[in-house]
Amino acid sequence: MASHTFLSLLLFYLYSFHLLRPIYCSFGSNGFETTSVPKEEEFSEELLLKPLPDYKVLAHFHFTSTSPPSSSNGKHHHLFPKSIAQLVKKYKIRELELSFTQGRWNYDRWGASDPLSTANGKPPGVELWALFDIPTKEEIDATWRNLTHSLSGLFCASINFLESSTSYSAPLWGFLPNNGDLRYGALPREAVCTENLTPWLKLLPCRDKAGIASLLDRPSIYRGHYHSQRLKLRSDGLNGIVIEQTLSVVLQPIDRTSWSMHQLFKKSLTGKCALAKSSKVFLEIEGTLVSQNENILELVGEADMVTNDQRDHSTIYQYNVERYSEHEALDIRVNWKKLLQVSFLQAPLHASRFLMGSGNERGSIAISLQSARNSTKGLYDNSKNCFTRVVIFQVVPWYVKVYYHTLRIYVDGAIRDAKDVVEKINVAPSEDKVSPGTLEMMLQFPCGMMSAALTLDFDKGFLHIDEYPPDANQGFDIPSALVSFPDFISRRIYPDSISSPLLQSYKGRNIVKSYTEVLLVPLTTPDFSMPYNVITFTCTVLALYFGSMVNVLRRRVSEEERLAKSKDKRKPGLIPLLISKISNKVRGIKEDSANQSQSSQPILGPKVVFKVVLIALIAVLGHYIFNSS
Amino acid sequence: MEVAEVEAEVEKKATATRSRLIVRLAALLVSHSTLVSVVCCLAGLIALLVLPLLAKNTYISENALLPGSANPVLSYQHVTQANNLIMDIMSIADVKEAPDIEIPKLIAKYMEILGAETYHHKFSQPQNQFHPLYFFSSSPNSPPTLANLSYGTSTVGIIRAPRGDGKEAIVLVSPYNTQNAGGIDASASASSIGLAFSVFSLLSRATWLAKDIIWVASDSRFGDHTSVSAWLNDYHNPNFIGDASSNRIFKRAGTMACGIVFKVVEKERREKYEDRDVVTMYAEASNGQMPNLDLLNVVHYLAVHRQGIRVRIGMFGGLVKSHLVRVLGEVMQQVGRFARSLNPDWRFEMPSSEYVEGTATLASSIYSQALGVPTGPHGAFRDYQVDAVTLELSPRFSLKNEHTRLAFLLKGGRLIEGTVRSVNNLLEKFHQSFFLYFLTAPNKFVSVGVYMIPFAFLVAPLPIIAASLFNLTSNRNPWRWLHTAKPLLITHTWSVVVTLLPFYISKISDLPSTHCMLTWAGGSLMALVILYIVFGSPYSKHVEWRLLKAVMIASVSIGLCLMSIINFATAQIGALFVVPMCLFALPIRVKTNNSLIRSMVMTCNLVMAVLGFPVTAVALMQGVIKGFGTVSILEFWDSMKFLWGWNSATYLYLVLVHLPCWLLFLHILFHPCH
Repeated sequence: MASHTFLSLLLFYLYSFHLLRPIYCSFGSNGFETTSVPKEEEFSEELLLKPLPDYKVLAHFHFTSTSPPSSSNGKHHHLFPKSIAQLVKKYKIRELELSFTQGRWNYDRWGASDPLSTANGKPPGVELWALFDIPTKEEIDATWRNLTHSLSGLFCASINFLESSTSYSAPLWGFLPNNGDLRYGALPREAVCTENLTPWLKLLPCRDKAGIASLLDRPSIYRGHYHSQRLKLRSDGLNGIVIEQTLSVVLQPIDRTSWSMHQLFKKSLTGKCALAKSSKVFLEIEGTLVSQNENILELVGEADMVTNDQRDHSTIYQYNVERYSEHEALDIRVNWKKLLQVSFLQAPLHASRFLMGSGNERGSIAISLQSARNSTKGLYDNSKNCFTRVVIFQVVPWYVKVYYHTLRIYVDGAIRDAKDVVEKINVAPSEDKVSPGTLEMMLQFPCGMMSAALTLDFDKGFLHIDEYPPDANQGFDIPSALVSFPDFISRRIYPDSISSPLLQSYKGRNIVKSYTEVLLVPLTTPDFSMPYNVITFTCTVLALYFGSMVNVLRRRVSEEERLAKSKDKRKPGLIPLLISKISNKVRGIKEDSANQSQSSQPILGPKVVFKVVLIALIAVLGHYIFNSS
Repeated sequence: MEVAEVEAEVEKKATATRSRLIVRLAALLVSHSTLVSVVCCLAGLIALLVLPLLAKNTYISENALLPGSANPVLSYQHVTQANNLIMDIMSIADVKEAPDIEIPKLIAKYMEILGAETYHHKFSQPQNQFHPLYFFSSSPNSPPTLANLSYGTSTVGIIRAPRGDGKEAIVLVSPYNTQNAGGIDASASASSIGLAFSVFSLLSRATWLAKDIIWVASDSRFGDHTSVSAWLNDYHNPNFIGDASSNRIFKRAGTMACGIVFKVVEKERREKYEDRDVVTMYAEASNGQMPNLDLLNVVHYLAVHRQGIRVRIGMFGGLVKSHLVRVLGEVMQQVGRFARSLNPDWRFEMPSSEYVEGTATLASSIYSQALGVPTGPHGAFRDYQVDAVTLELSPRFSLKNEHTRLAFLLKGGRLIEGTVRSVNNLLEKFHQSFFLYFLTAPNKFVSVGVYMIPFAFLVAPLPIIAASLFNLTSNRNPWRWLHTAKPLLITHTWSVVVTLLPFYISKISDLPSTHCMLTWAGGSLMALVILYIVFGSPYSKHVEWRLLKAVMIASVSIGLCLMSIINFATAQIGALFVVPMCLFALPIRVKTNNSLIRSMVMTCNLVMAVLGFPVTAVALMQGVIKGFGTVSILEFWDSMKFLWGWNSATYLYLVLVHLPCWLLFLHILFHPCH
């Protein structure tokens, strides 16, 4: 009996492990698993400031709320947003990430392979993906549709456009390894504004009335060069629900050489949110800025703690917000002593995507990968084998009909057989007006490669007339592709003395990835004032054509001649008779001679022309005289 | 078939007493074909001459452009920075030994200071080869080979719009010549770079940008067009194969919304005193394509109403002085005045001087479109369906003086800033239907609906004449035209051979152009003789001259209509030559009653036989436009080479439509009339 119980327990354990495996592979590493199971709801707020090499400043707000798996209060919550909890419960969401982004993350200058930029770089517009805890595909699709509508209402955005099956896809491993329960959709055209921020702030216990969120002065943060607002949630039986709300803005200080928090946000940080468990501000100085010359940057203000990352020598200055009050606001000030051009850690390959060709008929999508040679020294996990793996995930709307067999791969200026380079590929071709095309591709490039390029040809499809935007449009968007490098892990390990959910998430094994540009495909745009003209013209031409065609086909020439002969004998109809009488009277011709003259005279006889000209002349002269008098 | 139908109807008319109205109308037209054709041709000519009166004022039809709604913010600070760059370029040109390497470096350095992404684009001179089958193709350039030692280097800088999504870009192009860096107009050349830099430095700080900005400082050592076209080709059709591509950095910025090419040209002191800075707009791209009129309107509006710069467009100076045009202008003025006195609502009175200028501008507009050769580097953009315009700015005072240079840069910079800002406002493509137009003044245009009328009048009599000729023939068989199809086929086969000959001539030899011309002529003659030997003489028993003429007219009208779709202006000018030829053609040996009319028609025929020959026709056109002193018939080869170098469809028209028409005309002229 005991052995039975033991076996079943073991089975159960294995089974549960199997179920949770994909999470462990991907996100189990994001630092969540290390947190001990909390007894009650918790909230913590953090802000990370980071000077960027082009004298801009990255401000990264990070709010974490956790809810224990079984709330002691039943359906009631103290701190945790109820709407999110309901969402998770109703749609059985395992993981979800929603991002609103405006502007582009500059991978060249702001870094591409450190955890912060890997997490911050998001495609322009809205991106939403979710993992569901639902077995069948149909149910997942239905749930996804409902979820988009709920989120759309919750965040005042048109996320509901992701409901249509033409706009979302179900990648298997290109985006995130999963068992087919992942749905991914992006709206590159969605504009981001305060109306999206306000509902996002409502999820925070203190909103923006107190604590770090009070720094969020709308004009200041929307003036930035990059603005990405995210909500990421994860729920499972062990940890309950965890939501991370992050907002990353890249701001341009007015004075390039020196900035302070007050100058950046036009507000002062006067204290923590009373409900927050911890409230901290970090200042991270990248290793490259420090190691070259210690005196490039000068900090004004006393930090509570200074720690270094174990590998990259990035330095973290920690400020505890609870120490500050209205009398003494926290104001970190940084002065650049020397202006210099440095760049942060680059991704192993710099990816860019562009369209080739011109015209309305066809074109090609090209993804070009350029090696960033000098930066590879900063990356690790590379010494094992001499192949760099690159995963490309790309969703293409159906009206861009990609021919996947035309995939051509160029490595260092020579065309390569796809078999040699492609390690794994998964293609879901698009279906007109049903589903978008999805391409997941794992490529293997030699380490010494300098550049590579991939091209895919496509035809531009025709939309139905009501699928066009009402006015002449700019073109249609192809959402950003995701290029990730599974061999390259971005992580930073800080001493355990800092307990911070933000820095904890740095510890995870995050894969280096970057999003490419959104592409604009100009499709054939009908001039919508033209249909009227076209319809009129075509109808006229068709009517003329069919009229004469039918006429020719049904006409019997001999019969008509016979008819005409018999008609001659008969009397003409009343109206023609009248007309001929009147015309004869006008002409002054006797009735008996009318028939002869009719056949011999052309319609425009010289007399008629003369009369018409005479009358016209009289009219013109009369008008002239009348006007001049 | 239609002709046969009409003819059948006419026959029937003799027997049946009544037939349908439309048929009777057609028969009426055909029976009065001479009157109709004379009236139509005259109406066509008059309509052509009246076009300047019918021109409408331009207006900005796209509201989103909002030109001039924001005050220009380009300040002296930007201009002074630009001036430093100009001074640096000038000093490099004076001192350094290799300005073609140093100047791109210098420009790149200045761009990088602004925070732009920069790279150099190297290109070589394309082989100007004749590809008869590459007409209308968008990418005439073969992949560049950097093997030759001589290559140009353009410097490209990109500003990413701070909050933009990078889907669209506005391209600024400023050509400069490194080879001539120390030359006479060096200060003007450097000033175009300076002008671009001042705008670029402003835009690099602009927070309102929605589209990325690309500045191409193009090296114009092989001509302005070559560098821009090479860069655009690499932008749209990159070549991934080869060593050069792996090392080359080429950055892009999305779909191009618009291209603005500007250069500063310091002209010699003209006799006419200029009281303002002048900007000259060039818009004609290959094969008569035009950018959207809104783009020109924005530039014109900003230049005239905001910056006080005078706007000019291409104009034939010779026509302004021509007495004929002046007399026409006077007549038009009188007619307009008379019409107005009849009815005050008829306001097409126009001062004769304005008419003369309008005519000269319209002639230039039609001619540039008809030639099918772009008038500037903007033509390269149009090949990729991007609207672009070339602005040539010429200052009022000399650029040697620093103060006047700064003031000029400020004005020009603000003009370009305003244009960029307008295009940046655009949420959609340029889509309003103004792509087909002629300009009669910088702010007046003739729309397609109006300028089609003269052409329609000119072409309308052709089918009528053909039908009437068909009726007049003695043979009553409805398929009788088939006999004349043979000479027509021979002529057109010959014209195809003539079209393709230059390809082989240019391939086999490095002959001077006179020799090439003679080879071409000889080859063509030989081809004609061979075709006649193979297919037999065109004057067989069944070939009546009337039928031949009818068939010729039919083929010509098809050719003209097809050409009017490809390049309307070419068809318009071609119709002026071809239509009289079609109407007047009469065999020398034909017997008529009226000897006076016959002798007049014969004289006309002989004159047309000479003038209608494509070689003389081209010489005549160029003579009318540029003055007869410079024209020589032997330059025909060069002008044809010029045409096919630019992939102009005008070449095809000349050889495939005009030449067969002329040959058939000769056939009719020397018809034996048995």
